[in-house]
Amino acid sequence: MSLKPNAKAVLEVKDLKTYFKTDDGIVKAVDGVSFTVHEGETLGIVGESGSGKSVTNLSIMRLIPSPPGKIVGGEVLFEGEDILKVSESEMRDIRGDKISMIFQDPMTSLNPFLKISTQMIETIRLHNPQTDKKEALARSIEMLKLVGIPSPEKRIYSYPHQFSGGMRQRVMIAQALSCNAQVLLADEPTTALDVTIQAQILELISEINNKMGTAVILVTHDLGVVAGMCDKVCVMYAGRIVETALTDDLYAKPAHPYTEGLIKSVPRMDTANKDKRLFSIEGQPPNVIDLPPCCPFHPRCHKAMEVCKHAYPPEKDLGNQHEVACWLYIDEETKKQALQDATQQEKA
Amino acid sequence: MATTSTKKPLLEVRDLKQHFPIKTGNLFNRKVGAIRAVDGISFDVYPGETLGIVGESGCGKSTTVRSIAQLHKPTSGSVIFNGIDMVKADTRTMLKARQDMQLIFQDPYASLDPRMTVRSIIAEPMVIYNNRKLLPESMTSHEMEVRVEDLMERVGLNKAFKNRYPHEFSGGQRQRIGIARALALNPKIILADEPVSALDVSIQAQILNLLTDLQKEFGLTYLFIAHDLAVIQHISTRIAVMYLGKIVEVSDSAQLYDSPKHPYTVALLSAAPIPDPKVERERKRIILTGDVPSPDKERDGCYFYDRCPKRMPWCSCHIPPMFDITDKHEVACWLYSKEDVSKISMEDAQADAAKIKAEAINKQ
Repeated sequence: MSLKPNAKAVLEVKDLKTYFKTDDGIVKAVDGVSFTVHEGETLGIVGESGSGKSVTNLSIMRLIPSPPGKIVGGEVLFEGEDILKVSESEMRDIRGDKISMIFQDPMTSLNPFLKISTQMIETIRLHNPQTDKKEALARSIEMLKLVGIPSPEKRIYSYPHQFSGGMRQRVMIAQALSCNAQVLLADEPTTALDVTIQAQILELISEINNKMGTAVILVTHDLGVVAGMCDKVCVMYAGRIVETALTDDLYAKPAHPYTEGLIKSVPRMDTANKDKRLFSIEGQPPNVIDLPPCCPFHPRCHKAMEVCKHAYPPEKDLGNQHEVACWLYIDEETKKQALQDATQQEKA
Repeated sequence: MATTSTKKPLLEVRDLKQHFPIKTGNLFNRKVGAIRAVDGISFDVYPGETLGIVGESGCGKSTTVRSIAQLHKPTSGSVIFNGIDMVKADTRTMLKARQDMQLIFQDPYASLDPRMTVRSIIAEPMVIYNNRKLLPESMTSHEMEVRVEDLMERVGLNKAFKNRYPHEFSGGQRQRIGIARALALNPKIILADEPVSALDVSIQAQILNLLTDLQKEFGLTYLFIAHDLAVIQHISTRIAVMYLGKIVEVSDSAQLYDSPKHPYTVALLSAAPIPDPKVERERKRIILTGDVPSPDKERDGCYFYDRCPKRMPWCSCHIPPMFDITDKHEVACWLYSKEDVSKISMEDAQADAAKIKAEAINKQ
């Protein structure tokens, strides 16, 4: 939580589109996502499984396996430069050095055959070839100390399996930060961890965010984690951002029916609502293969209108950085027009 | 759903222990130790209530459920269900009793046989019990068919899908299949082992509502396991908190959140995020240091000693019994002992522990 008024934008994602070709058709995993992250800001991306949150992150890092995946459109501006257009070798310099990533599962993202020391020194020396091994080792130990690993001088010579899940995630974070990255992409960093360990890791991430001014993109499905960590939140559904708002606004007055449903359907510990049923969003998330041009949420929406079934809603600015893509906030004229256009197109 | 102490418990668990041997793995395969997954727990479950068990991974929640259902033979202790001691009973009596005790599993992808149709999955408990002639009245295949359709409709599945295979369903729907299967034999108690933790938030709410409805309709009793405190608090009437194979606190669910007593419960509750930025910012978090220790050795003192922010010398060598706070709230922590043990020095505490040990040996 360290939003400065005139912070510089470090990462701008504009109309990003990532499609996957499958036998059944084209999966539009990410379909026109835009957001901006400023220096020292923590941006949350929430959504259910399959909503495209992880693919968004992987697309920013250009780690989409191709084929079948492909980034088909959009721009990712890092310090004003479109990193989707730079060469693979230039990208390698950015990856891990300027933009770093923490993955969900700390066991599968560390190499089990190599000592932590080898893995950390490799990262540092790859991006700063002039540092010798001794310096890199010293820096690695310093990073491990920063993330709170006890007696790092000894533990650095351990293998990943000798660490517990929470400790492994700390090693991952230490490694991700060892090159002073400006942007940290955290893809469900605490999902595989227990609550008490989760609290430790989240504390650590926000501390790093405050101390080093690193911008953080936190991808998660847990609305509680977002509430405590993020300055701004994007809610994703079926490959698109349906709502963006400052965290306080989003929880106080969610505009999109999906966001509203999502917030209401989580049981809360502090407010006892015994014997009351949970609000639940009926139905299942849509299949994103060959999605028709409609609001993907309309079959589950309790406020759905005729126009929702025929056209995707345009984005509407509600003020104070609150943007929502829902027909509820669009004036009647535009709705009528969109409905007419859509029916004409369908006939044709 | 309130429980009264005059009621007879449906399920009584007494000093249940489940140890898994660690073997050398060589020619002689000697036993060199044991993982004490569940290390002496006792609790009662009353008819119509929901007892929630919460704890971190590795604390023995799932093992508890499996030991109760006799999927593992418990090392010691007793499980008295409906008046029958499941541990000592012969197989046939145990099987007959287990008809009233059904399980819902965590992973809806792994708990359904991919090569069976939904109909055969839901009918399987009936077929098995029918073949073994353990049902009160034997069922014809037509009766089973009707029952399967009823169950599918009851849990919110279209009965036209009964010939489909599990892979054709989404996670939430599969969990509904699992619930229908658990209901097939009209059980009295359902042991639910993290039934919603693999599901998305919106689907999780659907399943929790369904479980609440079913409880009201059929008068079911639940033993509900989860690691998510908010879920446990929402569904349970009483909550037991487990740590390292021991129950550290049992309480009414409302009381537990308002006044947690055990330092571990306090930390656990404070660590769980609340989906409200205003509340979240003002809360004080107690960050526990370290990880859960391995449950492979016998302990002399409190199991939480290594990580406890309020530990005293006394705790290092005395295992706390359950102390009553109120008639519905018990906690295993020396802080709530009637005698004040906080002033006792390490030397005195250890001397006392040694004395107790010596007495125990003498008695033997």
